[in-house]
Amino acid sequence: MKILVAVKRVIDYNVQIRVKEDGTGVVTDNVKMSTNPPDDNAIEEAVKIKEAGKATEIVAVTIGEEKAQETVRKALAVGADRGIHVKIDGIIEPLAVAKILQKIVDKEKPDLVFMGKQAIDDDCNQTGQMLSALLNWPQATFASKIDIKDNKLEIIREIDEGLETIEVNVPAVVTCDLRLNEPRYASLPNIMKAKKKPIDELSAADLGVDAAPRVQQIKVEEPPKRKAGIKVSSVAELVQKLKNEAKVI
Amino acid sequence: MSILLIAEHNNKELRPFTLNAITAASQIDSDVHALLIGNNCSEVAKALSEIPLVKKVIQAEASHYENFLPENFAPLVVKASENYSHVVSSANTFGKNLMPRIAALLDTSQVSDIIKVISPDTFIRPIYAGNAFATVKSNDTKKCITIRPTSFEPCETSGGSATVEKMDAADEVTVSKFIKREEVKSDRPELGTARVVISGGRGMQSGDNFKLITDIADKLNAAIGASRAAVDAGYISNEHQVGQTGKVVVPDLYIAVGISGAIQHLAGMKESKIIVAINKDGEAPIFSVADYGLEADLFEALPQFLEELNKLNTIQK
Ligand SMILES: Cc1cc2nc3c(=O)[nH]c(=O)nc-3n(C[C@H](O)[C@H](O)[C@H](O)COP(=O)(O)OP(=O)(O)OC[C@H]3O[C@@H](n4cnc5c(N)ncnc54)[C@H](O)[C@@H]3O)c2cc1C
Ligand SMILES: Nc1ncnc2c1ncn2[C@@H]1O[C@H](COP(=O)(O)O)[C@@H](O)[C@H]1O
Repeated sequence: MKILVAVKRVIDYNVQIRVKEDGTGVVTDNVKMSTNPPDDNAIEEAVKIKEAGKATEIVAVTIGEEKAQETVRKALAVGADRGIHVKIDGIIEPLAVAKILQKIVDKEKPDLVFMGKQAIDDDCNQTGQMLSALLNWPQATFASKIDIKDNKLEIIREIDEGLETIEVNVPAVVTCDLRLNEPRYASLPNIMKAKKKPIDELSAADLGVDAAPRVQQIKVEEPPKRKAGIKVSSVAELVQKLKNEAKVI
Repeated sequence: MSILLIAEHNNKELRPFTLNAITAASQIDSDVHALLIGNNCSEVAKALSEIPLVKKVIQAEASHYENFLPENFAPLVVKASENYSHVVSSANTFGKNLMPRIAALLDTSQVSDIIKVISPDTFIRPIYAGNAFATVKSNDTKKCITIRPTSFEPCETSGGSATVEKMDAADEVTVSKFIKREEVKSDRPELGTARVVISGGRGMQSGDNFKLITDIADKLNAAIGASRAAVDAGYISNEHQVGQTGKVVVPDLYIAVGISGAIQHLAGMKESKIIVAINKDGEAPIFSVADYGLEADLFEALPQFLEELNKLNTIQK
């Protein structure tokens, strides 16, 4: 089985982002960037499946600017075999990402595509579902457990009501939740080895995809700030305030 | 312009956020039609037809619609959407799972999780875990929108008399199969719509200790929330998670106990009307959003809190 994993480079989840004064976006200069967290779970799961002898090759793909290649390099360091970097500058929407991934799937013919359930920058939660629609494959979203059974996957998904179990035929697109597994760190020797692993460079034009945004970003602004609260000195004071001042109990 | 609203339900009744989605849809255009896809769901059709904001109900039934599999739903929605300018649903796990599949089939760039309708093509949506608000304009002819339910009021549920039109089911797609759903039944209010929410974090130290929270929730008729750390540690099940990758809640009162206040948690609760934080670390970031902060050990504070509430002797409804 061959697994394609999509990894996105985003502002690190620990960074307190700042909105640009001109309203065009958020500050990214000199800001720590990392792999989108659930994409690390996607890679980890693929590597575990390969270690269990159920996958033969893992290809990591990213779509983005020059530096997005670091994200692929990191995936190679934790166990992906090869990388693909589709170079694009500027905003790229989930639909365009899905179309590019569709072309890559046509070429690479993986049995499974693993991705994160949500990118923590745009918070769209769309790309995996879109890709599976374009491929006419089944989708298993928000996966917190994956079992491979012959030519099917049994997936436990996290939904609002609790947990849901579904079975999907292979090939399939799976989007991963953070609870799927515990991503490993790359060891130094593996980071060195990853430097020798190949990364193909492509452009959206090479793939014949029009990646121009359809949704225009008019402005980005700071959300309204909460006004500063107070500290209370005792539980009794807290309850009194909730009852008489805030009137919520 | 007409809006096709995809109803979320369990074949017996509407799921509550459908009402918020209808309100949002009606702010885009007043001609809102509800699409109901399910199995043996006439009760739901009736409920939808009584909603004053709904002008027409379109109902498609088949056994393969019983469990809301997106592979079966999406082609039908695409067919139904032919004469509509917008397809709308709420941005909970139902809508998140389904809408992008529809959008891709329609070749539309979806706008997710809107919190405000500016005009029929322009919306505000949070990005970066709610640390920025983006105003976006969709240039697609047919728009696919999911709405953040807590940002819109639920609509009226009685007084309407929309017609119910039947639509033929699409062929069954068999690439995916529903096996089971483990729903945790509870008499408490739903997390997403509760007036009071009390949440526990890693500071609770164990699942058993959540009893301290449950007792207060009983007293306040509150829903119970949790941080991701508490869910990851197995103290409580996943459907209680509040935050960027969990649920968004906007109660009148949110009480965070033993929660540090990571931005991913704040993303799910910082719009609450009144926020209370109980934490033993005076520097915890949760205090920066709390209207009332209590720097205390939760194992002392929670029993006292219950005692004080008992003294008030009012049961909240
Ligand atoms: C991509 C991504 C998405 C995420 N999504 C979410 C999400 O949706 N929701 C979410 O919650 N998190 C989410 N997280 C995790 C988030 O970053 C934090 O790790 C998490 O919220 C921390 O949970 P916590 O506050 O319970 O634990 P901690 O940060 O460990 O805080 C525990 C707190 O309890 C206090 N405490 C300990 N003992 C006591 C005591 N006896 N009395 C009083 N106080 C005490 C401590 O002072 C501390 O402040 C996400 C992370 C990532 C990377
Ligand atoms: N530019 C990108 N490059 C690679 N993968 C991406 C990209 N954008 C999105 N993805 C994948 O799609 C998932 C969901 O992203 P989104 O739909 O933007 O929330 C991410 O977790 C990634 O796995």
